[in-house]
Amino acid sequence: MKSKLFRLMIALAAFAVSITLYALKPVGDVIPDADNAGLKLPDGFGALKVAETGAKARHLVVTPQGDIYVKLARPNKEGKSILVLHEAPNGKAELKSSFGNYGGTEVALKNGYLYASSNTEVFKYKVNDKNEVINPDQPEKIVTGLKAGRQHETKSFALDNDGNIYVNIGAWFNACQEKDRGLHSPGIPGCPILDSMGGVWQFRTDKLNQSYGEGVRYATGLRNMVGMDWNQQDNQLFVMQHGRDNLNSSWPELYTTKQSAELPAECLYALKKGDNAGWPFMYYDQIQHKKIQAPEYGGDGKKEADAKYIDPAMAYPGHMAPNGLLFYTGNQFPAKYKNGAFIAFHGSWNRAPEPQAGYFVVFQPFKNGKPDGNWEVFADGFSGSPEKTAAGRADHRPCGLAQGADGSLYVTDDSKGTIYRIIYTKK
Amino acid sequence: MARMKKYILIIGCIFSCVPLIAQVKTKVKSRPVAGLSAVSGKGIYEKYCLTCHQADGGGVPNMNPPLTKISYVLGDKTRLIKVVLNGFSESVDIDGESYSNVMPSHDFLKDQEIAAVLTYVRKNFTNKAGPITTAQVKAVRTTNKKKYN
Repeated sequence: MKSKLFRLMIALAAFAVSITLYALKPVGDVIPDADNAGLKLPDGFGALKVAETGAKARHLVVTPQGDIYVKLARPNKEGKSILVLHEAPNGKAELKSSFGNYGGTEVALKNGYLYASSNTEVFKYKVNDKNEVINPDQPEKIVTGLKAGRQHETKSFALDNDGNIYVNIGAWFNACQEKDRGLHSPGIPGCPILDSMGGVWQFRTDKLNQSYGEGVRYATGLRNMVGMDWNQQDNQLFVMQHGRDNLNSSWPELYTTKQSAELPAECLYALKKGDNAGWPFMYYDQIQHKKIQAPEYGGDGKKEADAKYIDPAMAYPGHMAPNGLLFYTGNQFPAKYKNGAFIAFHGSWNRAPEPQAGYFVVFQPFKNGKPDGNWEVFADGFSGSPEKTAAGRADHRPCGLAQGADGSLYVTDDSKGTIYRIIYTKK
Repeated sequence: MARMKKYILIIGCIFSCVPLIAQVKTKVKSRPVAGLSAVSGKGIYEKYCLTCHQADGGGVPNMNPPLTKISYVLGDKTRLIKVVLNGFSESVDIDGESYSNVMPSHDFLKDQEIAAVLTYVRKNFTNKAGPITTAQVKAVRTTNKKKYN
């Protein structure tokens, strides 16, 4: 009798605990949109539109309390450049507040601070125990005076676990030509701008007003990066380079329009201090699987580049514009996704007159901190139709990626400003 | 069944190849004639402009400006001719939007070619602006001072 009662009590307690656990798990209440937000996803996944910001939503970060910080490319009509959305239990979010008056791309949250960049500076904002910015009008400026051209001007960054910040300083050229993007225009000898751009600079997160003098040129020969992330498994920086354009239009005798549409590769690089990825002197040809000397610096499409330049960790088809890189460390998705990389390809333009490509989120499997196996398209359909993809007239363009506390994957669109959330719905 | 499919395929191939062969023939024949005829604005556009401004002239958001419904194309002819001659790398908003890519100088094009391509752009992609003449390009080129790139 006693043991029966005891068993009943145990069962009741277990029931109560499981109910509580269920209530704590937000994904339980989050319902995918009937059309999965227009996305084509692998079996078992669903998606919803979290919000329509109507702004050029670049990168984002999601707090465990359900706030979403969205960095805008340009200040909106109200003059604000960081939106704070708050999610309801069903996953739909409303604008809670906004702050910042500078355009840019990057935003990140780590160890009690929100970090955000303009195109020349990096700021940090102290957050409270609910990850809310305490003083939105008075950020601390940690990096200042970075060079910015009209192209490749955004300052994406990644944070490591030792108090360092790694900032992209994109080159203000396509290929360091005497006449940028010009027909038959040769490369500037030695490409001297590499002293202050075309690479990743390392700064401290705990020091203020750092510039070139206080920073370290961590890696060079990188044209421009928008997607950057720190890999926790092997404690290393990974970046997605935007490969050069205009092989055919600058060098029509060496490259057909078809070759120029595919080349060069969009490269994933694993970077160590002192690495040189070779821009503008070379590019990576993913069809020949070789580092090729750039035509601006004596190349002919076949001559191999100096072996001192590092190889990419993985190479993807040309011009697809990788704007977001995220290592997935969550537990919501099936095991194969854990520690792999999601890459948001913003979509091409320099493939014309060939059909455009991209406008999707790719999954790259990883094993022990290294790419392992073929990449696959994970989320497609942002453009609206295959015809819109081919014409480069996409409805939505995936840009930033973030992981929610429950392991959901968030994607921004910087064309119409839609915020997507992708969840695994199969039990 | 499989054999039948094969036949259908072969027959299909024959039918689709006949017009292809005919096309190739006429192309080869017409080439010297095309070379002698007037400069094709469309041809120049496809060779030098399309990569950035796209097949529909719609440009690329945030990067390369569209050529449709835009003041730089439809307005002042001298300014437009100068963009082709000198390229464009000004940090300005164009009709409320900013575009980051640099346009290189196309001063290697002949006056006649620039006139043809600008006339083509001003009369296509839903544009309905007047033509630009070779004389107008020539006049701008002689007084042109290089400003960009």
